[in-house]
Order: sequence, then structure tokens, then C-alpha cells
Amino acid sequence: MKELSSTREAYGKTLLALGRENPDIVVLDADLSKSTMTQFFAKGFPQRFFDCGIAEQNMVGIAAGLASSGKIAFASTFAVFATARCYDQLRMCVAQPHLNVKVVATHGGITVGEDGLSHQSIEDLALSCALPGFAVIVPADAVETTQVIRAAAATPGPFYVRLGRPKVPRVLSHDYRFVLGKAATLRQGFDATIVAIGIMVSRALEAAESLSQQGIDCRVLNMSTVKPLDVEAIVQAAADTGAVVTAEEHLEHGGLGARVAQVVARHQAVPMAFVALKDAFASSGTSEELLQRYGLTSAEIEKAVMSAVSRKKR
Amino acid sequence: MYNLPREVILTTADQQRTPASDPSTSGATASAEARSSVDTGESPSKNLERIARTLRRHIISMTATAGSGHPGGSLSAVEIITCLFFQVLRCRASDPEWVERDRFILSKGHAAPLLYAALAETGYLPVGELCTLREMNSRLQGHPDKTCTPGVEMTCGSLGQGLSFGIGVALAARLNSLDYRVYVLLGDGECDEGQVWEATMSAAHFRIDNLVAIIDHNKLQIDGWNREVMNLEPFPDKWHAFGWHVVEVNGHDILQLLAAFGEAKQMKGRPTAIIAHTIKGKGVSFMENNVDFHGKAPTPEEADRALKELA
Ligand SMILES: Cc1ncc(C[n+]2csc(CCOP(=O)(O)OP(=O)(O)O)c2C)c(N)n1
Ligand SMILES: [Mg+2]
Repeated sequence: MKELSSTREAYGKTLLALGRENPDIVVLDADLSKSTMTQFFAKGFPQRFFDCGIAEQNMVGIAAGLASSGKIAFASTFAVFATARCYDQLRMCVAQPHLNVKVVATHGGITVGEDGLSHQSIEDLALSCALPGFAVIVPADAVETTQVIRAAAATPGPFYVRLGRPKVPRVLSHDYRFVLGKAATLRQGFDATIVAIGIMVSRALEAAESLSQQGIDCRVLNMSTVKPLDVEAIVQAAADTGAVVTAEEHLEHGGLGARVAQVVARHQAVPMAFVALKDAFASSGTSEELLQRYGLTSAEIEKAVMSAVSRKKR
Repeated sequence: MYNLPREVILTTADQQRTPASDPSTSGATASAEARSSVDTGESPSKNLERIARTLRRHIISMTATAGSGHPGGSLSAVEIITCLFFQVLRCRASDPEWVERDRFILSKGHAAPLLYAALAETGYLPVGELCTLREMNSRLQGHPDKTCTPGVEMTCGSLGQGLSFGIGVALAARLNSLDYRVYVLLGDGECDEGQVWEATMSAAHFRIDNLVAIIDHNKLQIDGWNREVMNLEPFPDKWHAFGWHVVEVNGHDILQLLAAFGEAKQMKGRPTAIIAHTIKGKGVSFMENNVDFHGKAPTPEEADRALKELA
């Protein structure tokens, strides 16, 4: 069993450290600081923490006002509320004026689990990617989360960072260096490429391991920056491996798969397959049950790779 | 399309401007017109009334030239904006980003013609640029765009958002140890938006006292009277119940408005709401209380009639 780590906790601790280093960091939350882990910062820097109550639209507006006045504003709540609930506010107050607001959302995807569809965020990447000028990032584990949060704080402009509820297996080593807009090659291979984000990265690695025993060597890319995409890495992978599979905990439409497909279609057309949620809401259940039910498993990734490889032109 | 003759667009402020005293470079806080009152010995409120008339003329000319826009809600807020831009706000046209400036946020973004007219008359923009309203490539977009117009503090036009933004700006003053004040202008219909009340609740909760919300209470929105579309009453009581200091004024009375702004400055520990009772379309007989002119520009003939009334 691999070491498990919490991306939310990594976020909370990194915020606290950033708070010590930079007096311009301010944090906002909407009555979920105990879940998003902004509570560490709230305790450390009460003057710079604003609990806005259950009022996400107002929170985004206040964050924008602070950012327009020289602050680096982190605003957190669950992913579904951080995007869909306050989309126009993100559009008007953050994206258009390109303000220094970092929306760090936890409880992304269906692995929220038992709370069910109201709390599961299956479209947040489509929504955030459609905001002009936003950087959209899905860290794969706690190691990456820490670096992503630091990069967001250090890079002017709006960010959407999606974290999950459950602990996730560690997939990146301590010497891993996150670079904004760059994919990381976690496994080299020349028969097919799996492009994965978030919790699907560890599953992609498992699928690659299993496939290698069947004589198919997969390249695995951690595409944590969903926007702006690392076009070069995708084109190179398509050219080198001739088949591309994407894996994400998000709707098939408008997420990673759709974005990668656009790059592949434009620059280096090869067969593709997509492991993602179909056009439907999910139900309650444990994370593991839901991932099984909705096909977000290493077995599904394997099948997708087989499918894409079988369609390669001989 | 209707193009106004230049002399209608240009104002006395333009004509009085000499290169040395051009407010766009001199860091003036008031236009040549406003400053000229010192020489003529005119009373300050008379002078502001004269400026108000100039702004009204701009609104008519601009919307008529553009062939679209929102004259009604621009005209109703003219005295409010006049008091702010020509008396109350601490700002420098020559340095729109001056960190210590007071901030004005036009939450009811459709009153953009009025904001642009005030920015022009205070020297942020050349007055001659006003006739480019809503044109392609113009800095004067249909609704305010922070990224392209000097003096515009926030991108607005989707109603209900300006007060939240203003709260963030006001909180930043506290964190940055600055003493600037934040003024947000809202429409009354705009107060149908739930976010306005989220903001209202939080401003009091955060004990913000460098924030003033001015509500242009013209009793009209698009589909009709507030009371028919969505009843706001008891409106002042609502603001009061949300923890605000509330002042009601005649929003066309310069002295009452100035007194209210003065009173707001004295308030400690809570924000102030100035409910300004106004008339939509104020100053043009056939536009007053006429909901049709909410979002409809005057025709050339109507513009001529309006400008005669405002002469
Ligand atoms: C969120 C949103 N919904 C709808 C509109 C369209 N709209 C523009 S102005 C307006 C009426 C505004 O009424 P009020 O706030 O009373 O403005 P005023 O009377 O001062 O012009 C509406 C519904 C909008 N701009 N934003
Ligand atoms: Mg109104």
C-alpha cells in the first residue's frame, strides 16, 4: 500500500507558511474553513482571514476587491460552490480584470462520496477553463499541492486549483518540481500515452504497469496544469506513441480529454480514448464504490489504451 | 446614425482649458468649470448645479450619438455623481492609480454615460472622446471596463456585484493602513439581487466604516415600478436591520447630498447607506418617470428637445 497524503492539509499548511512569509496574503472562506483547511491560516492570521459565511458570490467579490488593492487573495470553498455558484462573479470580478485571486477549491470530483450529487463537482474544470486568463491546476498529490499553491501565490493573475476530499496515494517523489504549464513525464513509453490528472494519475501508473506486462509500454504524463496546456508535451507524445488516452475525474465534455483532443486534432492526429464521467450526475457512495461504478479505474484506463492502440494505422 | 454637431459635444470646460491648465495633466481634482467658480464668486452648490446640467447634456449627446445606451438611470444619478466627483472624492485625474485615492465604484454599470461624462469633466478623459461611447475600439465601452478606461475602478454591468467588490477594497485600506474611503452606487432594482444583501450583511459584520453605499432610488427598473416588479419596502428599514447607518435624502438636492456624505464620514464602526430619492430621467421633461427611457437612446429630435430644456 502506497503512502497516503491529504492535498487539503498540504494546502492549509502551505497557506500558513505563506502567511508568515508574505503579509499581502489574505484568505477568504465561506463557512467551510475546517474542511478546506484554511482554518490554520485563520488561527495564525485572524486579521487577514475573512469568513464570509455561506455567501460565495459575495466572497468572490470581496476577494477581487482585496486583490485590486494589492493583496494576494486566496478564496476557498467546495469546488461545486467555488465555480457554479459564483460563476458570473468569477467572470466579471476576477477573470475580466485579471485580478490576483486564487480560487482553491476542495472536494472536487465524485470522490466527495456520500454527500452525493449536490456536493460532487463534475463540471468545475469545464467552467474554470472557460474563464479567459485563468490558470487551472489539478495537483496529483500533497507534494505537488504544496508547490502549486506556492506557484499560484508567486504568479500574478487568477488561478483555479482543484483539490479533493479523500487522501490520495503519493505519486511524486520529493525531488519533483512543479512547473506551471508543463506536464511531468512519470513513466516513459512508446506504445501509447496516458495523460492524467488528480486522483487518476496513480491509476494511470497502475494501468501502465499492468499493460507493460502485456507488452504495451505506456508513457504517463501528469498534466496538472489543465490550462494553459503543455501543447508541446502532448504533440510529442502523440508523435512518439501514436495513441493518446486521457483520464480525469470530471465530465467527458469540457475537461482534460476535450482539451487534449483539441491539441491532438490540430497538431498530430492519432487515435484517442477518454476515461471520464459520462453525461450524468453521480450518486452517493464511498469514493471507491463510485470510482468503480463510474468507470474511473485502472482497468478502464487499460481498456481505453487497448482501444486506442487497436485503432492505430498499421 | 445621429451625429451631434461638435459644439454640442464640447463644453465650456473644454473651451476654458488652456494647455497649461488642462486638468488631464495638472492633477486637478475638479474641472476648469468647477475651479472657475472661485473666480466668479458663485456659491459652491450653484456651481455644482451648473456642472450637473453639463453632465446631463453629455448624457443626452452621448447616448443620442451612440444610438443606444441608458439615459434614464444616468440622469437620475447626476447630482450624486456631481457631488462625489467635484467635491467629495479625494482623487487625482493625473494619477488614476494613486494609492491613497478615494474609490468610486459604479455598481449600476448601465449608468456608464454618466460616469464617463464625470471622468471627462474632471480630466481623466478628453471631453471630445465622449462622442465615441459604445464604438468599436473606444475606451468608452457600453458598460464600464476597468481594463481600458482610466478612473474606472471596476468592470461592472452584471448587477449586484459592486458592493462586494467595494467591501474588499475597503478592507484592504484597513490592512494597508490607508485612510481612503469607498463609495458604491447601486440602483434600487439592483437591490433585487441576493448578492447585494450578502454584501450588506458582511459589511456590517466586518465593521467597515470607510464604505458608503448610495442607492439611486428612482423607483423604476426595466419592467416597471419597483413595487410592481419586486417590492423593496420597507427599504430603509432593511438597510438599517442589516446594521447600516441609513440617511435618506432628496437625491437631486446638492446640499442634502453633501450633508449626507459628511455625516457618513463621521460614522464609526459601521457603513452608511445613503438612500437618494430620485426621479428617473430627471431634467428632461419627457424622460422623467418614463420607464421607456431606461435603455433607449433619444432620437435626434428628442435629443434636440432635451438639450434645449437643459440649455
Ligand atoms: C445581473 C443582471 N441582470 C439583469 C440585467 C439587465 N438590466 C440592466 S439595467 C436593469 C434594471 C436596473 O434597475 P435599477 O437598478 O433600478 O437601475 P436604474 O433604475 O437606476 O437605471 C436590468 C434588469 C443586468 N444588467 N444584470
Ligand atoms: Mg431604479
